Amino acid sequence: MLNKICFSFLVLVTLLATSYSALASEEVNVYSYRQPFLVKPLFDEFTKQSGVKVNVVFAKKGMAERLAREGEYSPADVLLTTDISRLVELHDKSLLQAVDSNKLEQAISEQFRANDDTWFALTTRVRNIYSAKRLGNIELSYEDLADPKYKGRVCTRSGKHAYNVALVSSMIATHGEAKTLEWLEGVKTNLARKPQGNDRGQVQAIHQNLCDLAIGNSYYFGKMQTNKDQQVWAEAVNINFPNQDNRGAHVNISGVAMAKYAPNKANALALMEFLVSEQAQQMYAETNMEYPVRDGVKWSERVASWGEFKADNLSLETIAKHRKAALTLLDKAKFDL
Amino acid sequence: MITGNKSTSWKFSSWFFALALMAPIVVMVVAGANASTVLFTHLWSTVLPEYISNTLILGFLVAILTLFFGVPAAVLVSQTNVYMAKQLRWLLMLPLAMPAYLVAYLYTDLFDYAGPVQRFLRACFGWQSPSDYYFFDIRTIGGAAVVIALVLFPYVYMLTRTAFENQDRNLLRASRLLGCNEKQSFYQIALPLARPAIAISLTLVIMETLADFATVQYFAVNTLTTAIYDTWLGYGDFPAANALASMLMLLVLFVVVAEQKARAGQRHQSSRPNTEQEIKKLSLPQQVLASVFCWGLVITGFLLPLALLIVMALDYSDFQQLLSLIETGKNSITVATYSATIATLVALFLGLFYRLHHSKGRMLPLQISGFGYAIPGTVLAMAMLATFGPLDHMINDLAKYFAIKPPGLILSGTVFAIIFAYVVRFSAIANGTISAGVGQIPKSLDLAPASLGIKLLPTVFRVHLPLLKSSIFVAWLLVFVEAMKELPAVLLLRPFNFETLSTQVYQLISDEQLEQGALGAILIVLFGLLPIIFLNRQKDNK
Repeated sequence: MLNKICFSFLVLVTLLATSYSALASEEVNVYSYRQPFLVKPLFDEFTKQSGVKVNVVFAKKGMAERLAREGEYSPADVLLTTDISRLVELHDKSLLQAVDSNKLEQAISEQFRANDDTWFALTTRVRNIYSAKRLGNIELSYEDLADPKYKGRVCTRSGKHAYNVALVSSMIATHGEAKTLEWLEGVKTNLARKPQGNDRGQVQAIHQNLCDLAIGNSYYFGKMQTNKDQQVWAEAVNINFPNQDNRGAHVNISGVAMAKYAPNKANALALMEFLVSEQAQQMYAETNMEYPVRDGVKWSERVASWGEFKADNLSLETIAKHRKAALTLLDKAKFDL
Repeated sequence: MITGNKSTSWKFSSWFFALALMAPIVVMVVAGANASTVLFTHLWSTVLPEYISNTLILGFLVAILTLFFGVPAAVLVSQTNVYMAKQLRWLLMLPLAMPAYLVAYLYTDLFDYAGPVQRFLRACFGWQSPSDYYFFDIRTIGGAAVVIALVLFPYVYMLTRTAFENQDRNLLRASRLLGCNEKQSFYQIALPLARPAIAISLTLVIMETLADFATVQYFAVNTLTTAIYDTWLGYGDFPAANALASMLMLLVLFVVVAEQKARAGQRHQSSRPNTEQEIKKLSLPQQVLASVFCWGLVITGFLLPLALLIVMALDYSDFQQLLSLIETGKNSITVATYSATIATLVALFLGLFYRLHHSKGRMLPLQISGFGYAIPGTVLAMAMLATFGPLDHMINDLAKYFAIKPPGLILSGTVFAIIFAYVVRFSAIANGTISAGVGQIPKSLDLAPASLGIKLLPTVFRVHLPLLKSSIFVAWLLVFVEAMKELPAVLLLRPFNFETLSTQVYQLISDEQLEQGALGAILIVLFGLLPIIFLNRQKDNK
């Protein structure tokens, strides 16, 4: 018995040792907030071109703390996020390093990268308002979501989801905290049901006549249109780009940054530059139905069919700055309860 | 009983194991002690009271429901001739193999306003809007409690059934001779005898419920774990999150202590238990009721969710993934096997220490090593990083000092961290199961061999371990199945390119497409079933 136990511990130790040393020599290590299957085609293409192997670990919660704990011995080279607030969090915790690259600077306009070149956007996505087709073609603004005429007709996922928090932050930047709280309370009164589910679930609810308006990211529209069960949901709604008469639609980003202690710096830089190359940006546009951040890259046909729009050019750093205030207001309004 | 060096080293190593398991928790509590009060004041004046009341209500409802599901099921299967009792015996364990977050996803989808059930009803009766008819709202505390209870009741069922099956029939016969009727002797003798097992399993259920985040999220129910994640990931206040997690643990501690106080001093073991079962014959209406009850649990807790997954898989899954999924499954199995084995061995070590050692506070190692179960997985993962991160840094700094190539993060960045986290998290299950088993071994058996001059170790191997066989099986099985399903800790702690079935499924769920993950989900369930079926076979063959 004792022998067996000792033996199995030995096996475990070898397992640990090999799992660590199994990493190849030419490689780049990615900590990703994005699902690997969304970025895998891009990584595969990168490996094909450069011969550099891409290792990925994906998690949505706690990556920043893991990185901080690992400190100078962290194996992470590149960080991928799905939201501006995560990038700024990493930046504020001094977990990033500035990247000096002409390719990155040329590809990405100033609005979509950090002042100190610590992070870069890769794609943009709009926080749209989906409206029931039965309402006809209407112009909407985020402010309209609190309009009493939509009482009991609005659906959304949890207010505390990163995408909604960023939207609330942009409201604070525009209207101030007091007005935003009023707005949140108005939206809450208009809700058809307490915040729940995901973005697609809200469109499904419109299809089922439970509500008329829903908040959701742009690419989900494309994903529903190409899913055989969800097509009917998408057909029940129009996708609206809000606030076209004034500041424009709220835009969030997915982005990339280099870890402060990146052990494979050159490969990390090569990967980042690849991700903003025309080819990679084209792939983002086609497969994920997001808006490429690089000028001149064509939108996917489907995305283009939703029309041109005016985007709110509020700086991303300002949006991130109001994050805590946004959460406080959501708590005050008891938005999710 | 035992004296000299052996005694001391036993004591020393018991405390060592317990403290090692406790270390991440201590790190968490210490981090929590530094929390600023500003955020607390804000939370307290806004959402926290409601979160706390939701937590309490949810814990209470789940406890009541698992009791209501688990105890009658155990009684029916072990003491009556309900149809197919032999099959139901193991069928009733199967819901355990279902990850709660999956069942939550499936059921909220099914019973939602836009889900197939309500759509069907609307189509049948021509209803147009929610105001036209009444249908229960699945996304409520009640809905969450029912679904969580459906997958957790097997804990109560298994431990209670084992307790009933090991009960001394002679006691029941004696009570009958003394004039009790069947009912009285059940309520006054059999049930109280099973109480420790029921209490232990119930504590496990409550711990798991309170530490849950993913499941309640599908139900849009906000609990204390919501507050923990909000403070940490939203407000970026990690100490405050730790403080809240410590609060949650305190709540659980209170439940545990209250329960133990309530049955302090009660003890019964029989030296030669007569465990021959007295099978009660059910009348026809009773048979029907009993069958509906048992099969209802098996169907709603296991067969229906599995069927939904299979339909999704047939519709959507790319069966070419199957091979790579099985490869992934190997990772899950490896991690789960190590975790289950280590947790069971540690539980045995501590359980026997409590039983056979004579030092003061011998109960403590067993108790303190079980708190990990009350901590949400991600918070525990963070505590692991906080514990092993500094150790890793020391190792690497040392290597640098001696001009050796730094080995990297060998503790916090490898499978070691995952297995350690699982042992911390699931020790409560192994400890509970083993200590319930140890409690049923008569005290006289500890002493008899010694009086014959037989030494302690041979006694343990020849007397205690054989008697504990079924408890050891159950403990191992429960930890294995839990480790197969576990998600948040493995997600954060895993090394590069290391996927388990649950991380694979999660990727897809989090992109709002469970359909594509259905195949992986089915594999989690199937791999979880294997040991259940295997252990059941073993038992039947005996």
